[in-house]
Amino acid sequence: MTAVLETPPGTTGGSLLPTKHRPGPRRILLHVFLALASLGFLFPLVWAVLNSFRDYEYTAIHGYVSFGGFTLDNYAEAWVRGDFGLHFWNSLIITVPAVLITLLLASCMGFVLSRFSFRFNTTLLAVFLAANLLPPQALLIPIYRMFRSAEVPYWLSDSGTLLNTHLGVIAVNVAFQLGFCTFVLSNYMRTIPREIYESARVDGASVTRQFLQLTLPLCRPPLAALATLQVTWVYNEFFWATVLLQSGDKYPITSSLNNLRGEYFTDYNLLSAGSVLIMLPVLLIFFLLQRQFVAGLTLGATKG
Amino acid sequence: MTTQQTAPPKAGAAATAPAGRVNRRVRRLTGLDLVVVSLMVAIPTLAVLVLVWFPAVASVLLSFTNWDGVGSIGDIDWIGGTNYVNVATNYPPFWPALQHNIIWFAVLFLFATPVGMFFAVLLDKEIRFTRFYQTAIYLPVVLSLALTGFVWQLLYSRDQGLINGLLGTQIDWYGDPNYNLWAAIVATCWKHIGYIMLLYLAGLKAVDASLREAASIDGANERQTFFRIVFPVMRPINVIVLVITVIESLRAFDLVWVINKGRNGLELIAALVTANVVGEASRIGFGSAMATIMLAISSVFVAIYVTIVTREERQS
Repeated sequence: MTAVLETPPGTTGGSLLPTKHRPGPRRILLHVFLALASLGFLFPLVWAVLNSFRDYEYTAIHGYVSFGGFTLDNYAEAWVRGDFGLHFWNSLIITVPAVLITLLLASCMGFVLSRFSFRFNTTLLAVFLAANLLPPQALLIPIYRMFRSAEVPYWLSDSGTLLNTHLGVIAVNVAFQLGFCTFVLSNYMRTIPREIYESARVDGASVTRQFLQLTLPLCRPPLAALATLQVTWVYNEFFWATVLLQSGDKYPITSSLNNLRGEYFTDYNLLSAGSVLIMLPVLLIFFLLQRQFVAGLTLGATKG
Repeated sequence: MTTQQTAPPKAGAAATAPAGRVNRRVRRLTGLDLVVVSLMVAIPTLAVLVLVWFPAVASVLLSFTNWDGVGSIGDIDWIGGTNYVNVATNYPPFWPALQHNIIWFAVLFLFATPVGMFFAVLLDKEIRFTRFYQTAIYLPVVLSLALTGFVWQLLYSRDQGLINGLLGTQIDWYGDPNYNLWAAIVATCWKHIGYIMLLYLAGLKAVDASLREAASIDGANERQTFFRIVFPVMRPINVIVLVITVIESLRAFDLVWVINKGRNGLELIAALVTANVVGEASRIGFGSAMATIMLAISSVFVAIYVTIVTREERQS
């Protein structure tokens, strides 16, 4: 099943041609160029990591182009001063429900779109897909107003409205990500042979059971790729969380960055440590689930 | 497992299964199945309509009214294109912002995209360490744009930044309106190049190998093969990359908001819309007029994207 998701193996142009191994000067030049480019791309991150371990007093005296003054204190201090525990928790309670709901709803929609044909199939898919691409800022005014006048119970929100609640941020994230996920999943589900459903139906399986016991288990590869990608995206989401949550203590970690800068004023080593802490979860996902991440990113653009 | 297969068929399901005929019509569904299918469509559709499409339409409608964002929707008046005239003539940051968005797009499209494509072409070959090179170049893709802004600040800062340290200059790269747009664009390119490279790597892998083989038998060199055979075959990906670049440039917001909320040389349309809604000076008229302009531009490219993608759909 994974083969469908990834680009077809062994179709890389060069591999089929008999390539003579000649590590000539051109090859070496290519490697030098690529190595330099890679280091260039890694450098800003390496720089941040390096300085996060350095003492502010030391770099203030010796300058940043120096060596020494290594410490772990920046991390401890950044964690406390930035209230990282709280903001990581906020990120968690926004990201996990948003991704789960998105994938559930997108699976439902994709299932119906791929399994049954009715008149508005393509139109609906277009409506979903286009929604994913609209600039979010262009929708801000009505959403802001809608959320402010949407009354929710007080146990959900201390202001009594959807504005300034995690629920509101989750809802907007779900709505925006649904289009892409539905598109990817319905494409994938289309590749499931129809005969499987026919025999399930003859056996008397209801639509619900076909969906839960046939379709979803078969869709594990795209669901894994989408889950990886969505966790990264929702975790990284900055705009909606920033404008819809007005109190700093509700911000997820990505939006809280801006608040932290004021507190760190000129201590860039502390700022580095904070940045490294914030990128840690996504870097972890990236290195552990790199295949899923890359598959997810290219799924929408190519029909792999 | 066996109990599932031997379970007695439900009345509704049995009635809808005419032997041997493949039928995918919805109207064949009955009872509970119909309810379930309806809900499976209705809930996601409602979410998208209420939280994306309704606000989009509302933004357009509001841009032609004098609603100030506070009063009730009932007593607003239609004022035609007044908001647009005001934005164009009475709102100094508008034209610079539009210009900055265009510069943003031009650099991403004319610089970052070819560079990303170039890396993809180099790394698509069977060379050693290709995994390392690829990973290094698309690693920034995983970071948020807000964080990108912070990571680059360590290089850009006036007193403590590396660039000034190396050059011996005293330039505030994020603060000086002569430089800050370019500094922000460089940071964006850092992230964008890897993304474009990924898209093209996938596109290149999907190009039929026999095409290249035929070209090389005909005596075409690598460059000719790429420009005459591979590039034209990748046309759908090329258009999608163009659309993505336009949308990304239009949506550009996080980075400048993190730097200084989009002021002083970093004005962008998206930041102005936001500043007019949540900022100190709340001017809904300006905001909704600019939001509508954003929607108008993006809808052209969204339409292109959706057409391409759903056309493939119908072919497959």
